[in-house]
Amino acid sequence: MSAKEPVAVVGVGQTKHVAARRDVSIAGLVREAARRALDDAGLGWADVDAVVIGKAPDFFEGVMMPELYLADALGAVGKPLLRVHTAGSVGGSTALVAAGLVAARVHRTVLTVAFEKQSESNAMWGLSLPVPFQQPLLAGAGGFFAPHVRAYIRRSGAPGTVGSLVAYKDRRNALRNPYAHLHEHGITLEKVQSSPMLWDPIRYSETCPSSDGACAMVLADRAGAARAPHPPAWVHGGAMRSEPTLFAGKDCVSPQAGKDCAADVYRQAGITDPRREIDAVEMYVPFSWYEPMWLENLGFAAEGEGWKLTESGVTELDGDLPVNPSGGVLSTNPIGASGMIRFAEAALQVRGRAGAHQVAGARKALGHAYGGGSQFFSMWLVGAEPPAT
Amino acid sequence: MRDVAIVAFSQTDHVRRSEEVSEVEMLMPVLHDVLERTGLRTGDIGFTCSGSCDYLAGRAFSFTMALDGVGAWPPIPESHVEMDGAWALYEAWVKLLTGEADTALVYAYGKSSPGSVRDVLTRQLDPYYLAPLWPDSVALAALQAQALIDAGETDEPALAAIAARSRTAAEGNPHAQLRGPRPQGGYVVRPLRTGDCPPVGDGAAAVVLAAGDRARELCPRPAWIRGMDHRVEPHALGVRDLTDSPSTRLAAERAGAFARPVDTAELHAPFTSQEVVLRKALRLGGSVTVNPSGGPLAANPVMAAGLIRVGEAAAAVHRGASDRALAHATSGPCLQQNLVAVLEGEPHVR
Repeated sequence: MSAKEPVAVVGVGQTKHVAARRDVSIAGLVREAARRALDDAGLGWADVDAVVIGKAPDFFEGVMMPELYLADALGAVGKPLLRVHTAGSVGGSTALVAAGLVAARVHRTVLTVAFEKQSESNAMWGLSLPVPFQQPLLAGAGGFFAPHVRAYIRRSGAPGTVGSLVAYKDRRNALRNPYAHLHEHGITLEKVQSSPMLWDPIRYSETCPSSDGACAMVLADRAGAARAPHPPAWVHGGAMRSEPTLFAGKDCVSPQAGKDCAADVYRQAGITDPRREIDAVEMYVPFSWYEPMWLENLGFAAEGEGWKLTESGVTELDGDLPVNPSGGVLSTNPIGASGMIRFAEAALQVRGRAGAHQVAGARKALGHAYGGGSQFFSMWLVGAEPPAT
Repeated sequence: MRDVAIVAFSQTDHVRRSEEVSEVEMLMPVLHDVLERTGLRTGDIGFTCSGSCDYLAGRAFSFTMALDGVGAWPPIPESHVEMDGAWALYEAWVKLLTGEADTALVYAYGKSSPGSVRDVLTRQLDPYYLAPLWPDSVALAALQAQALIDAGETDEPALAAIAARSRTAAEGNPHAQLRGPRPQGGYVVRPLRTGDCPPVGDGAAAVVLAAGDRARELCPRPAWIRGMDHRVEPHALGVRDLTDSPSTRLAAERAGAFARPVDTAELHAPFTSQEVVLRKALRLGGSVTVNPSGGPLAANPVMAAGLIRVGEAAAAVHRGASDRALAHATSGPCLQQNLVAVLEGEPHVR
């Protein structure tokens, strides 16, 4: 038994993310992203061996198991089609399932797509259906996560300004990303800080939007990477971890599953000092305070120290450890696709194809996603060079 | 390719309704049972994958509660497909092939009783052109059945014989929902009668996979997965030949099903007419024992029924009743998506 086949990202495609794509159906939306990924890879539909699709709850569009209806639009007819669903981490998990098919040498070229077309339904309704015999969580995601942010502030002693710094940075980064949903020209730190308080301490401008959008990648084996017209990104490590939603031992500020997942990825990738060895991070930050929280959870800073990296400008686009050069989830949030966008943007960075939001000289980048009540995690680390075998 | 086997299988008793238990409570005994069969604990499992559907549960993220039941602490490598559990098994099989894990727990569950599953399944149709018409699953299957009759592939007495054979076989299956000879009944949607349709019910199932020597340690006669593949067809029924299943044929070919004859086949054909289609696509002759468990005509817990086919085929290998078994799972209207697995036991003296 030989080692796993190295997996390369040879194509990346996204739609322009907006509040409502009224000009396309769900099928049209996913096909647009897939077509762009294939173009980037210099491949056609017939070159694809299998399709792996992911999205967040079916209730968001009101279509049950939409992979069945989307089989034709994704060129999957006559091929294997898998549908992944792991809550907010799904975009990342979907990419990892697709990568597994190549790594296991089951398929050589795999198309993976994640999407959300939130304008076709009502996400808040989809998340708020009452369930018998279970405690209601009707405050939406912000209401669920705000207490955890407050716990972080209390635990770390972070000044109350850190959240707005993250939002100000991510929204400025988004101005450089043509696919980002929010393009807030004229954004200032003062505007962020004076925006209405939604769920204390989370302000309106520190909150992700609700987007329509899709993201796609073409993954290939070593031979496929050699044929690719543009430099590939190589997967050096990937992992998923899950823990229960609610239990007495859960650390909601820095979940063990996130720590374990990052540790597994670093072990696979041979990373011993993530702060020094990783050049760019695409992190799942739907509420601005999650940047300092995840900096600690992912091992970039010691416990209680994450906010200091943010405050000192380390995570700015021209900082020492740029976080969310694309503008991140704070600027673009088609939920089911958000995780895959993190993975894809990490790949664009090490391919040198991130355009105006390119981090100069990025050789290794981390893509990160989480979901549920901070219970599902998926991450990958990609590099410009093939992994050492 | 790395050798991977199914080493344990467990399922609930399938029932028409289970108001007294939540999905998690329905699943828990199955998880405990399948782990007990191998002596493994949650923390020993290398990868966990499940299949279920939010639309049956009537809420988003329904699988998160099931994960709490698994006991994912310390945190576990885990994933979920919004598909029948047979596809969760496929994802787990691939994970084991990469060498990233040596064991996997796969589970699936579904409760159809809280709603009308015929209506719920209409929501998986094209949301712009087809779903607004609410064509239900029995009506669509009836179209397929009529196409088969019109093509001379079957007739109503032949379909009744499939129903009778399945439910008679289910007499030996303590988990089945419908057992023993039953009247074929009146038309539900012509030409399908009550007897041609699966029971509506609730149930769960779980399987443990293991690679190489680990499988031999955990099971006296592992059911080795010799091949597994799945394929999908166009969604629109108007562009498909409903009397054939090219996706099943291709999946079977890729899974190696045609390399040597199988002795047993567990087919996920919820409607009698679909067994006719599958038998042809899979080239199953009269010597093959089809659905000795009674198949989905005896118990059809949506989202678990496909995984149960793989589990039943594996269990037949485990107990020496089969040396080479084929398992099939389906998803979507009129057999749109199909999975085929080929399972073998090592040579043994009966």
